[in-house]
Amino acid sequence: MTHIQRRMIARRAVFGLAAGISLTLTLSACGGGGSPLSDSATSAAAGSGGSVIVGSADFPENATIAEIYAGALNAAGVTATTKLNIGSREIYYPALLDGSIDIIPDYTGNLLTKIDPSNTATDADRIVKALKAKLDPGLSVLDPAKAEDKDAMVVTKVTAQKYNLKSIEDLAKVCDKLTLGAPPEFAERSNGLAGLKSKYNCVPADFKKLPSGPVTVKALTSDDVQFADIFTTTPDIVDQDLVVLADPKGNWAAQQVIPLVKTDKVSDTAKAALNKVSSLLTTDDLISLNRKVSGEQKMDPKAAAETWLKDKGITK
Amino acid sequence: MSVPALVEEYSSDNPLVQGYEWLMNPMHWQGPEGIPLRALEHLGYTALTLSIAVAIAVPIGLYVGHTGRGRVVVISLAGVLRALPTLGMLTLFVLLAGLGLMPPIWALVLLAVPPILAGTYAGISAVSKDTVDAARSMGMTEPQILFRVEVPNGLPVILGGFRAGVLQVVATVAVVAYINLGGLGRFLIDGLSVSDYGRVLGGAVVIAALAICLDIVLAGIQRLAVSPGLKAPRRQRGDSPTGRETITAGVQGGNS
Repeated sequence: MTHIQRRMIARRAVFGLAAGISLTLTLSACGGGGSPLSDSATSAAAGSGGSVIVGSADFPENATIAEIYAGALNAAGVTATTKLNIGSREIYYPALLDGSIDIIPDYTGNLLTKIDPSNTATDADRIVKALKAKLDPGLSVLDPAKAEDKDAMVVTKVTAQKYNLKSIEDLAKVCDKLTLGAPPEFAERSNGLAGLKSKYNCVPADFKKLPSGPVTVKALTSDDVQFADIFTTTPDIVDQDLVVLADPKGNWAAQQVIPLVKTDKVSDTAKAALNKVSSLLTTDDLISLNRKVSGEQKMDPKAAAETWLKDKGITK
Repeated sequence: MSVPALVEEYSSDNPLVQGYEWLMNPMHWQGPEGIPLRALEHLGYTALTLSIAVAIAVPIGLYVGHTGRGRVVVISLAGVLRALPTLGMLTLFVLLAGLGLMPPIWALVLLAVPPILAGTYAGISAVSKDTVDAARSMGMTEPQILFRVEVPNGLPVILGGFRAGVLQVVATVAVVAYINLGGLGRFLIDGLSVSDYGRVLGGAVVIAALAICLDIVLAGIQRLAVSPGLKAPRRQRGDSPTGRETITAGVQGGNS
């Protein structure tokens, strides 16, 4: 359960219909009278110089990464346009299959759950291997980035020092004295309370169901809860001096950022450009990009992406 | 990742069927997380919210209605309060005051005050000036006029505002589940978080049923509480000179 899934579940009910309608419109616009197959065939043949569409899921972090991809592609001489905030994976995955978009930044663990729900791998390398084996023909993933956006048990620095906590294994020893703050699904998912108990024998003294975001962070910093489920790319981790506890037994699957692409639309130049982004993108980068886009600055994802590309020397 | 949630098994993908099956499952009607106890919690939050809202709105409404002072301020303030998004206020209060029972309740009080305040004010000020002057000329003191003449005469409208407030609160109190409290909203928030739409729909149906039952009860109370003398004009609506019925209908419109 990470970012994408949680936000999407919350939004799906509300936006499902609207997204469905807008996708239908998009698709019919792209179809342009021809069948989707012939459409993509001609564009692949015509676009050997490479013109690609980068899509994104409907939350700011993903849109920012999509802008980074597009910026890096353009810098490498591949014409790239963006179609941002398409919706959840249920919507953008088919859009990738039918050629409405060609590239989208995805997260390894959640992508694997989508294409192979029975796979229980949590290890980063095994997930990427499984992805390469299970993706629909016509799609492929490039190199994963070090950057990860996934659930983590987080404590304040004070709590970490008080109990000498570095990983969830350390936490397990004092679990029964501490209150956990996490979203409601934590009570029901197998990697929520059940996973903490079976993998680490950690049963919190109390569990408060809180919405992810500022409320959870506030509950943690005001000691209403002593540890909380927070995403690893949340700027508050740095801003509030929080400590992310390691998950040595892999309760949560790895969620590396990975370019998911339509194979025949991506030239070697484009692949090299995207793999370069993956080699440079870190979780700390995502934290700082999220702060720019979702923090007080409210920077446009494109502008935030441009600062990153400049910092890494990809553009001037 | 593969995180099968421990959710329901339904016989169909249709959320309506799932909602029906969820409601019919006896497991959901018992225990500390069953529907009856959640409904009690729900009514508890509703009662607490309304007591605070009544304590704030009724005295102000009586004062403004009786004296006519501060009318513009109060009416515009009530309008502003109506426009506040409850979920946003709830989050704000929790961020300011921390977790607990009262921050979410205060957010709901903001929702309940406007209809009760408007109903009280409108009920009092709609009482015929002739009636009030007659009472004054008979030597009644101002409090006597207020409580023996204006309140009984304005009661249908005042109770109408109260009913509107109750209905809004009982339907909205589900949001407190967003911040770790109980009530029937737990089924909505928890169900949504694991895409268990049967639970979401079932919970929504229970909340709607509770709201309708409560409104029927209040309609009965309203009928009993209103002075029999006020019912007379209704039978001869055509020649009522006061215009009171028109105002009554205006305040109650859409929620009674």
